[in-house]
Amino acid sequence: MSVRTPYTIKGDTGDWELVMGLEVHAQVSSNAKLFSGAATAFGADPNCNVSLVDAAMPGMLPVLNRFCVEQAIRTGLGLKAQINHYSRFDRKNYFYPDLPQGYQISQFAHPIVGEGEIEVDVEPAHGGEAYSFTCRIERLHLEQDAGKSIHDMDPNSTYVDLNRSGVALMEIVSRPDVRTPAEAAAYVKKLRAIVIALGTCDGDMEKGNLRADVNVSVCKPGQYEKYRETGDFSHLGTRCEIKNMNSFRFIQQAIEYEARRQIEIIEAGGKVDQETRLFDPNKGETRSMRSKEDAHDYRYFPDPDLLPLEVEQAWIDEIRATLPELPDEKRARFESEYGLSRYDAGVLTADADKAAFFEAVAKGRDAKLAANWVTQELFGYLNKEGLELSESPVSAEDLGGLIALISDDTISGKIAKDVFGRMISGEGKPADIVEKHGLKQVTDTGAIEKVVDEIIAANPEQAEKVKEKPQTLGWFVGQVMKASGGKANPKAVNEILRAKLGV
Amino acid sequence: MTDLTKLTLADALDGLKAKKFSSREITQDFVQAIEASRVLNAYVVETPEKALEMADAADARLAKGEGGKLEGAPIGVKDLYCTKGVRTTACSNILGEFTPTYESTVTQNLWDEGAVMLGKLNMDEFAMGSSNETSRFGPPINPWRRNGDNAGLTPGGSSGGSAAAVSGDLCLAATASDTGGSIRQPAAFTGTVGIKPTYGRASRWGMVAFASSLDQAGPIAKTVEDSAILLDVMCSHDPKDSTSLKVDQPDWRADVSKGVKGMRIGIPKEYRMDGLSKEIDALWNQGIEWLKAAGAEIVDISLPHTKYALPAYYIVAPAEASSNLARYDGMRYGARVDGNNLTQTYEATRANGFGREVQRRLMIGTYVLSSGYYDAYYLRAQKVRTKILNDFVEAFESCDAILTPTCPSPAFAFGEKSGDPVEMYLNDVFTVTTNLAGLPGISVPAGLSADGLPLGLQVIGKVLDESACFRVGGELERAAGFVARPEKWW
Repeated sequence: MSVRTPYTIKGDTGDWELVMGLEVHAQVSSNAKLFSGAATAFGADPNCNVSLVDAAMPGMLPVLNRFCVEQAIRTGLGLKAQINHYSRFDRKNYFYPDLPQGYQISQFAHPIVGEGEIEVDVEPAHGGEAYSFTCRIERLHLEQDAGKSIHDMDPNSTYVDLNRSGVALMEIVSRPDVRTPAEAAAYVKKLRAIVIALGTCDGDMEKGNLRADVNVSVCKPGQYEKYRETGDFSHLGTRCEIKNMNSFRFIQQAIEYEARRQIEIIEAGGKVDQETRLFDPNKGETRSMRSKEDAHDYRYFPDPDLLPLEVEQAWIDEIRATLPELPDEKRARFESEYGLSRYDAGVLTADADKAAFFEAVAKGRDAKLAANWVTQELFGYLNKEGLELSESPVSAEDLGGLIALISDDTISGKIAKDVFGRMISGEGKPADIVEKHGLKQVTDTGAIEKVVDEIIAANPEQAEKVKEKPQTLGWFVGQVMKASGGKANPKAVNEILRAKLGV
Repeated sequence: MTDLTKLTLADALDGLKAKKFSSREITQDFVQAIEASRVLNAYVVETPEKALEMADAADARLAKGEGGKLEGAPIGVKDLYCTKGVRTTACSNILGEFTPTYESTVTQNLWDEGAVMLGKLNMDEFAMGSSNETSRFGPPINPWRRNGDNAGLTPGGSSGGSAAAVSGDLCLAATASDTGGSIRQPAAFTGTVGIKPTYGRASRWGMVAFASSLDQAGPIAKTVEDSAILLDVMCSHDPKDSTSLKVDQPDWRADVSKGVKGMRIGIPKEYRMDGLSKEIDALWNQGIEWLKAAGAEIVDISLPHTKYALPAYYIVAPAEASSNLARYDGMRYGARVDGNNLTQTYEATRANGFGREVQRRLMIGTYVLSSGYYDAYYLRAQKVRTKILNDFVEAFESCDAILTPTCPSPAFAFGEKSGDPVEMYLNDVFTVTTNLAGLPGISVPAGLSADGLPLGLQVIGKVLDESACFRVGGELERAAGFVARPEKWW
């Protein structure tokens, strides 16, 4: 593990550094919405998952969904955060057609979860060694999602789909501890892994179930350290918030663009306006959505339809007792239990499915070998083909079977690659493939000796030479392997050759 | 044959049970009375067919010896309650012809106990008003007139339709709602009884919201006993309303006749304010004497923050309203006025849909919640609210119930106060405190003004102690022997 080195952007007036804080909106995994009994299933016909409450019919009242609260607490515990025994729901007032109530119920002054932290693992995009840093979490609160406005179905009208209206979201706010575009992406990746492991959000970014707003500012080297010492934000630059990004790639592109834009403004003698911006992936640029002057006055006030939320310690303890193993804990276990490197353990535990797959492969087998095969051969293949693990043509059971064949010397590692290729093309189970194609390794020393004797006899000059130059032994190994059709056990071949040639 | 519409709810229920008359008969009488009394403008929707259908169903159950607590009794419903299949507009243009697909919890409770719905009753638009003059359908007219004067008087507000209908024998009793006095003031103006229970006793689910932390359902009826009967059915714990209380309901009807012997009745000195009419002051003293004579102990108490109640109320209520009424945007239901773009459509819809008083309160509410003003107005008003509650908690250490006038004046004429919103707001001066503190309060008719108009006294109880209101209210009713009825002129 290497250490975190400053990330700088060269400007005309010298080096600049980045400071970022993220707000991640994660849809709570729950069958019902935050304040109504309506379903949350994705892909329903427009306006079919809408209750009277979600459509804000007259006289309708919100009733808090206990399960969503439990999910928020579980997430808070996963972020090693303070769970607040008292929290409250506020109304955030603004008019928009996809916001039927005319206000969003959120938690403004008193969130359910307070300060926490997560350990973020970073693989720098521009090379360099992997490292990790601690990102502080400021808060997590529960709020309602809005509906969806559809502007492109009709030239003159906007259609509104309220299926999402009232769906529970967790807004997770970080401190400004993120310093590079890669760190921002890694932070979201880690957060995603945690909520998936907890089962509190499915992490599906394509469906928008997890999306990030990034607050970006730039400053001169040394300023950030001053901020950390004093907590005084005036040491940092003016920030812009880039809204609603749902891909790791976009997050990094948007930050890089935005940082350069701000540096250009400042270096040209201008001032960065605090504003909300949108990233346009087609143009690769951010553009202004609304300035601070246009910002809504949301007129927050406590929602009088809801009582303050009081959470007892006993319930928190109960939830804590049911927490699953989290990515960091899992990685530590992979390191100690399977003897994996921190890097391999990190790769395998970044995703709960990958970790489970690996454990199925490794169970009762050579774990390091299993890790190599899973991360290099299988993930390499899947990456190349653009496939998800769930689409893998090779099951964990079969890959485990292949590793067992290597471990018990039935086949060599080289032959295994051939077998693996055949497994991918659907030829069946590894043992059957080995049987069918006669790939079993020859470990019968008598048979190998016979081949070795023949080759030594046919190449007396080489046999003399190897005694002076032992490194040419490889030539003999190659000849023997070739003669055996690759099936001879390389270890046995080596030993016999050495004995016969006196090397 | 007796005029069935003049019966009390209690007598009507007895008569129905004893099969002296059928629900169809009494319902038919009310339907005719309503038709003949349209000049009172009490009903904004009449549902005679539905009423007769419900009456027949009630009769069928009564014939089998079955039936609920209100079986066969014709009731009027304030237009604030959503009623399935029956237009509900809270008397606002913005709701257009809105017809709910659902029934409010309170009205569902009535139908579950066999009550018959006569129609929807007039009210101030979104319950904002003290004279019912803000209704989109024009105001209902008080059946009472000043002696020798034909000027139309307000039945009060916002439950003016409910009060006019009960007072004019256009229903046995009616549902109403009270945010700052909207049950008790109209009851006082029409010689009827109205009670606002403890906040959370009745579900707000399906009631068009005005100010969520203050709104509470309650009945207007002809007698204290009738109000106890109806309140008992209206209240229930409702999981669909997070502020609904899960508490026992005592036998309030039995409380009415229990008397006040040994009770300590508090008289708050701060309610003897300047501008209180002499006759109301005198009536208040009369009430004190009646209770003393009935064996109660009179205690002087102080509610020092009373003078801040009205200003606090007119911050909190509009603030909540400005948010609650944001849903009326012309997008999903109700009336829409199209503009050239979204903002214009919002503006045109809301400018046309809301009346002037509602607009005034929405603007006040928006203002007091604005950034930079929130602490000075909304937050401070909430602090005042806590102080007012604490005043009551302290006062109730030395008394069991509090006696005050309901209103500073008797019913007034249309137009008399509608020009000056502040003067109109002063109507609520004795009633808003209980809304701010969430306490129960009942208004009981106790006498007539020199002009021959009914005057009410208010009894305030501790949290969840409606029983005290009914005991003291029942005693006042017996002592006052209030039997005056409006002379029928319509």
